[in-house]
Formats: sequence, structure tokens, C-alpha cells
Amino acid sequence: MSVVSELRELKSSPKGGGDGKAAFWFLLPWFIGLFAITAGPLVASLFLSFTDYNLLQAPSFIGVENFVRMFTDERLLKSLGVTFLYVIVSVPLQLAFALALAIFLDRGVRGLSFYRSVFYLPSLIGGSVAIAVLWRVVFGTEGLVNQFLAFFGIAGKGWISSPDTAIWTLILLNVWAFGAPMVIFLAGLRQVPASLYEAAQIDGAGKWRQFRSVTLPMLSPIIFFNLVLQIIHAFQSFTQAFVVSGGTGGPADSTMLFSLYLYQRGFRNFDMGYASALAWLLVLIIGAFTAINFWASKYWVFYDD
Amino acid sequence: MTETSVILNAPTRATRTPAGSAREVRRRIGPVVKHIVLILVGLIMLYPVLWMVVSSLRPNDAIFGDPSLILKTFDIDNYVNGWNALTYPFGKYLINSMIIVLGCIVGNLVSCSLAAYAFARLNFKSKRWWFGAMLVTIMLPIHVIIVPQYIMFSQIGWVNTYLPLIVPKLLATDAFFVFLMVQFIRGIPRELDEAARIDGAGHARIFFQIIMPLMVPALGTTTIFTFIWTWNDFFSQLIYLTKPEMATASLAVRQFVDAQSATDWGAVFGMSIVSLLPVFLVFLFGQRFLLQGIATTGGK
Repeated sequence: MSVVSELRELKSSPKGGGDGKAAFWFLLPWFIGLFAITAGPLVASLFLSFTDYNLLQAPSFIGVENFVRMFTDERLLKSLGVTFLYVIVSVPLQLAFALALAIFLDRGVRGLSFYRSVFYLPSLIGGSVAIAVLWRVVFGTEGLVNQFLAFFGIAGKGWISSPDTAIWTLILLNVWAFGAPMVIFLAGLRQVPASLYEAAQIDGAGKWRQFRSVTLPMLSPIIFFNLVLQIIHAFQSFTQAFVVSGGTGGPADSTMLFSLYLYQRGFRNFDMGYASALAWLLVLIIGAFTAINFWASKYWVFYDD
Repeated sequence: MTETSVILNAPTRATRTPAGSAREVRRRIGPVVKHIVLILVGLIMLYPVLWMVVSSLRPNDAIFGDPSLILKTFDIDNYVNGWNALTYPFGKYLINSMIIVLGCIVGNLVSCSLAAYAFARLNFKSKRWWFGAMLVTIMLPIHVIIVPQYIMFSQIGWVNTYLPLIVPKLLATDAFFVFLMVQFIRGIPRELDEAARIDGAGHARIFFQIIMPLMVPALGTTTIFTFIWTWNDFFSQLIYLTKPEMATASLAVRQFVDAQSATDWGAVFGMSIVSLLPVFLVFLFGQRFLLQGIATTGGK
């Protein structure tokens, strides 16, 4: 059961009552956390998004001004464009790689666990500062990529210092971390009953047909789960853009992912009111993407229960 | 549960239909091609990381001229230089990271398991509602609460302490792990609880003496994921820790590249590798738990 399918089935779970007292004590830390660390700040940020607040003076209520300001904030619009490009390109590519390699690995390859580790490792370290630093060097003017290109007589360029390629290095970094969804796909592939493949073979289905008519439908809930989570995840990418651009989002704001812009507004300029409004914009965007995903899932996700 | 299905699937899915020599050839060559492709993909993926390891052992002026993985000299100067390049020896930052990681692990293990037991085993009013709220918090972006959280923690004087990073974990805010443990506890036979209850055990005893010991794999998964995520964390550390003596390994590595002029790349590579080493070791020894965790939460 994934988070996604749990949410789908929440309606149908049985009603309860009875262990109230014990439940209260077991849930006490979680309750405090929910109210003090999560829900409280959530409400507070909604309030702050309608104020002008710089941490020093008390917040002053300015109505929807922060939200109106967004429409004329060119850096924000640029940042949104960069972020959409990043999410819409890197997530499907990442999942495609993950699925392809999972299927490749699933069919009884020797040394499966070794390969799985090799492909999984990047997803564990891909979000670290160290790898972002490495990326900066690999795609720098004198970096590894250009050294290889020079070997073939191709003149490279500063992939990270030119505005039209910088974001693509970050997209590549996110695709590079395809190991986590790959492992989830592998686990999912093992749940597909072998009898389905046998039946398909008896019906004369080739490899491709088996993939289209058995593997894909059976795996579609997991593809959906990965898609929803990776999109949410990608919208929040921060470290890589921060380190690669030295905290600026440059060159020419071309790596200004949304969270980096929010960080700059909130924690560099201490424009806490506007930063809160931006945070809510992010929630709305992620919410919209997730809602569209759930709506679209009716047409392509196959639940056999 | 997955292990058995693998064993059952493997032989049936490999094509054993004898039909013509062309297919026979393909059957023999197929695996070889497959291995070549897999090795190539793996090599391309890990090449930059391997190159970083090799380059960290090269003299500084040789790093940018050499894309190969061949090491002509073995030079640990970079590590010595890097270790001492910042305000404090690098070990200090590693210890700081470790303190935060340990605090977060303890916090997650205790608070998430308590909450998970309640969600998995107890009946209480509006349980569905609370459970739904918990699931939603998994998907909530941190940014939407970080601003008020920062304001709150700075007003009680917690900035430049590790409390803003650890205390939330003691309050089960990493709902992902609550969910993971709920899934796991649901798989433990209820008969065990009921037998204990007949013997007069209350929920506290059932939790500590029956559920906890059986939950070790889920606790292992939680420990390892918490370790890796906290160790790699950058955003919240960047926000809450501004004093050099509080800096973590992530923040320290970033300091290297911040001083943009004449960066000592050998030293940067050395310390980058040092900062990745704990994650790598945890991955190596905890892989079983990682994969198990993914299998329990990732599947439908």
C-alpha cells in the first residue's frame, strides 16, 4: 500500500472508537508536532502571506498585495519557467530510465544485487552538497565533460556558466538519481503474477506485447505513485541549484529554481511576508499538479482490486 | 513476501521455447549483451564519482588535465590540506553532523513508532481523519512551514543550536516513517496482541514487548533513511546554523566553493569524499533495510 492508494481508500476504512485514552498517549508527541511544528506554522504562513514582515518590525497587514506583486515580479516569472522546465523534463526522463532498467534487471540477470546497488547509489548521494560540487566541476569550462569532448576534437563550453545550458545540468543530475524509483519498480515487477505472462505467451504475445498488455497495466499504480511523489519532490529541489550557482540562481537566473528564489526572498532579503506568499503559491502549484495527476490517473492507471 | 515470488517467477519467465537456431543464438548472446549494456550504463553513471575519488589523490595541478581514472602518484596532501582548510578541522563538522543525525534517529524511532502503533492497532474517535491528516503532511512541502517555523525558533533563541533540527523529529513530524511503520505493524498478526491481552498486558506492554521486537526491520529502515537524509540535508542546516562552530559537513563542503577565487579543488574533492563516506558506509551495510523499506511503502 502506498501513500497514494491509502489516500484513495481512506473513505472505505472502518469507523472506530474505544481505545481513546491509550491512543491519546501514544499519539501525544505526534499531536504536539502536528499542531506546533506543522499546522500552526501552516496557518501562520497563510496569515504572513497577507502581511509585510521583515522580522524586526511587527507584521503589517497589506491584503493581497504580495499576491498582486507576483504578477509583475519578473524574476519570479523567470523562476517559474525554469522550475516547470526542470520538473516537466526531468521527472518523466527519470522515471523512464528507472522503468527501463528495472525491466532490464528483472528478467533474471546474474549479479542483480550488484547492478541494483550501482544504480541505486546515485539517488542516495545525488541530493548532497558534495555531488553538487562535483557537478560544478564536471560541467565547468575545464571540466570532465569538456576534456572528453576535446578528446574527440569538439570544443566544449562552460555548461554551467552559460544561461542556456545551466538548467540542463541540473535536469541531468535529477535524472541521474533514478535509482530510488527504479528500486520501487523492481519491487513492483516482482508482484506481477507469472501466470499472466504465461497466459500472454500462450495467446502468442511477443515481448513487446507482453510489456504493453501485462507489465504496464500491472505496474501503472506504481508508475502513478512514483510520478506523484517525484513531481512533488522535484518542485522542492534546492541544494543542487544553490551549490551549482553559488547561491545566486545564475547565470542570468537560469538556475533559479522556485525554492531557491523563495530562500533568497525570505532568508537573504528577510521579506518574510512575500516569501510566505511564495510558499503558498508553491503549495497551490504542487496541489494542482497532484490533482491533475489524480484526475488523469482514471484514464491510465489500472487497479485490479 | 517478495522473495518467494522472485524465486517462482525467475525460471518461468526466461524463455525456454526451443525454436530454431536463430533464437538459440539470441538466447546465448542475449545475456552477454545485457551485461555489456548494464556495465556501460553503470560506468557512465559512476564515472564522475570515481573520477572525483581518483582526482582527490592527484596533485592539484594535474586534476584538470586528466579525465582518466589512472593514478600515477598517490598523494594524500589534498586530504591533509582540506582537513585543515576551514576555521575548524573538518572532523569538527563531521562530529556536528553526527550529533544532529543521532538526535534525529532517536527522535524518529521513538515518536514515529508510538504514533504508528496507535494508527495501526488502536481504535479511537476520528481516526480516519487524523490518519488522513498524517498522510497529507507527508506530501506537504517544507517551504510552506519553514518561514513561520524559523520565526518561532528564532524568537525562542534556538537559531544556531541543533534544537530546530532535532526537536521536530522527537514530535514525529517525519510522517513518512509513521506511515512506513503503520504498514509494517499491520503485517504483524493480531493474534499475538490478543494472546498478550488475555494474559493481562496493557497497550504499553504489548507495544514494548511484542510489537517493538517484531518491528526491528522497520526500525532499521527508519534509522538508515534518517541517517542518509539528515546527513545530506542542506536547506534547514543552511537556515538555522550560521556560526562556524555549529556548521555541519554539508555546510563545510559548501564553504569551500564559496570562496570562488583560486579554489583548491584537490582539497574540495578530498573533503567531499570524506563527507560522502558515512553515507556510503551506511548504504553498504544497511542496504537490506533500505530495499525492504522501499518494498513495503513503495508497492501498491
